Amino acid sequence: MKRAFTSLVGAVIEAWQELRVHRTRVLLSLIGVAVAVCSLTTVVALGGIVQQANQELSERQSGRPASLFVSAYSNQGTAIDSATMDATWAETLARYDITYGSRVMQTTQAVPFTTGVVDVQTQAVDQPYGEMHRVRLTEGEWFTADDAAGLAPALVVNQIFWERLGSPELRTHPTVELGAQGGKPGTTAVIVGVYPVASYETDPAMFMLADQLSAMTAARPSAAVQDPYGGGGGSTQYEMWVPPAISEQLMEVVKRDFTSALATPGGGTGDVQVDVYRQDYAQYGDDPFLVTKLVVGGIAVLVLLLGALGLVNIALVTVKQRVREIGIRRSFGATAGRVFFSVMMESVVATIAAGAAGVIASVLLVQNPWTMDLIGQGLVSDFPPFPAEAAVLGLVAATAVGALAGLLPALVAVRVKVIDAIRY
Amino acid sequence: MSLLELRDVTRTVIPPDQPALTILNGVDLTVEPGDRISIVGRSGSGKSTLLNLLGLLDMPTSGLLTFDDRPVKSYSGAARDRVRGAQIGFVFQQFNLLPGRTALENVAMPLLYAEGRSFWRRKQLAAEMLQEVGLGDRMESMPDRLSGGEQQRVAIARSLVRGPRLILADEPTGALDLDTGSSVMQLIDEVATRTGAALVTITHDPAIAARARDHFRLDRGVLTRADSDELAAASEAIS
Repeated sequence: MKRAFTSLVGAVIEAWQELRVHRTRVLLSLIGVAVAVCSLTTVVALGGIVQQANQELSERQSGRPASLFVSAYSNQGTAIDSATMDATWAETLARYDITYGSRVMQTTQAVPFTTGVVDVQTQAVDQPYGEMHRVRLTEGEWFTADDAAGLAPALVVNQIFWERLGSPELRTHPTVELGAQGGKPGTTAVIVGVYPVASYETDPAMFMLADQLSAMTAARPSAAVQDPYGGGGGSTQYEMWVPPAISEQLMEVVKRDFTSALATPGGGTGDVQVDVYRQDYAQYGDDPFLVTKLVVGGIAVLVLLLGALGLVNIALVTVKQRVREIGIRRSFGATAGRVFFSVMMESVVATIAAGAAGVIASVLLVQNPWTMDLIGQGLVSDFPPFPAEAAVLGLVAATAVGALAGLLPALVAVRVKVIDAIRY
Repeated sequence: MSLLELRDVTRTVIPPDQPALTILNGVDLTVEPGDRISIVGRSGSGKSTLLNLLGLLDMPTSGLLTFDDRPVKSYSGAARDRVRGAQIGFVFQQFNLLPGRTALENVAMPLLYAEGRSFWRRKQLAAEMLQEVGLGDRMESMPDRLSGGEQQRVAIARSLVRGPRLILADEPTGALDLDTGSSVMQLIDEVATRTGAALVTITHDPAIAARARDHFRLDRGVLTRADSDELAAASEAIS
């Protein structure tokens, strides 16, 4: 045991001395490994981050798995009463104890800016929508129960909207007049939060609570939601976020409940068409990022193999040049096993150092603001940290490459004939 | 109990596409602790092959080679390496210092293959050894910054740092001038005497050979006891 320990320490010391003595050659040979590991780690890390960013963006747009959407229309062409729809929706959420459910209405509201009145794209939602769609804010906060109870509608506006107002402090409760026309006052709304925009977005947009939009509409019919299809419930979407495991079952029962609740007294259930469907990225069950992962993995392995080949080449040439030294060491008691282990250790110690350098370079490359902007396009506010598995993979790959690249030279070193080596 | 013994040892090699070549033929030699043995011979007489056998670097084709009365063939490869590292010290003609390592690191190198206190105190032991050979002020010098005599003294310190019982010197003064060679041999003699180690010197220089107590001549692979008077006369003639 003691012998094994001293042998191990001795081999590491030998390896370190060898690296120190031949640092220029080692450095040059390891640049290839460091670049390979950096590429591997970066590709894996970027792949992970892009995947995370894509997932986040997908969830922001079409909800988290599993998001169920409910829509209903009359086969007779008559409108479905929005109050009935809302009541059925509320009953359904309560019946199945669904916490995350939201109505989503698309509308526009006229907002006066200093540059003139602009019809601002508006989504009227319920409070859980923020969590369901990962809405992240740069200023203020998402709608709270207090906001819902307030007399003035609360608004969560985008960065462009906020900047057009002169980026006012939200602590000062900045307000805007919605729907002010021809000198008539509109509805005063309070801005409570600001969300970021993608770098390609140029127009102001905002969220408001669906109930407050309804109240505003009741008080001022001109603010009514426009329904391009003429169906019931305006252009309202009904969306719920449920555990994926029970989503299939829920789709069936929600459809059944809605169909029976919306059936007209004379026409029966055949009058109403109710659809419940999933739209989130995971709706088909397969890993939607599998192809990305495979492509990224394939490139990474190729890069690493090229680095390993370069290292093996240099290591073999180096061992040929060290035949005399190996012979001297053998004459002073180095066993064949020790020589094998030392040559292996040189390779492994060197590649671990190169791997660490590659991983550090990769972290600097991936985690800098420029790269983040490029990947996130300003939309990924919850930028994931550098994936630990990418760093671990980089170091493990470097060690494996070192061991593999050291194996061949180590076998050559063991086969050195001591007598010939000393005379070499 | 002999330290090293060769009985009717033969070493044959088979060069590619050529008939077998007998390099050593029926060699008998006994090395006792504290012996001073010189072996002289011309180039190609088999001196280096004999040195390799004595240093357990090679195995005889036939005959018996024992170390501490135990047949060397009974040792495993690793055990033979360990015995060599612990019991035998080499001094080479070309010094064979490791380039890029300081004198101290070169002397400490054999202790990397030692165990226990020798391993952990290797720098201290190496420094003491360098002091002993008069190079206490050159410990951090690289080999290419040392003179030939200094390099050979580093090599001597390296060969003795593990306290070997047998020192094998292969043309130890071959790369040195006469005066330096003489002082180096004196140093080896002194250290060997102090440690009680046996010293086997292989040389073609009669003056160096004459310093030993037992003299052998190797001629075409056959080892015979040499005439001391003849060697002394040859040595006188050279000096």
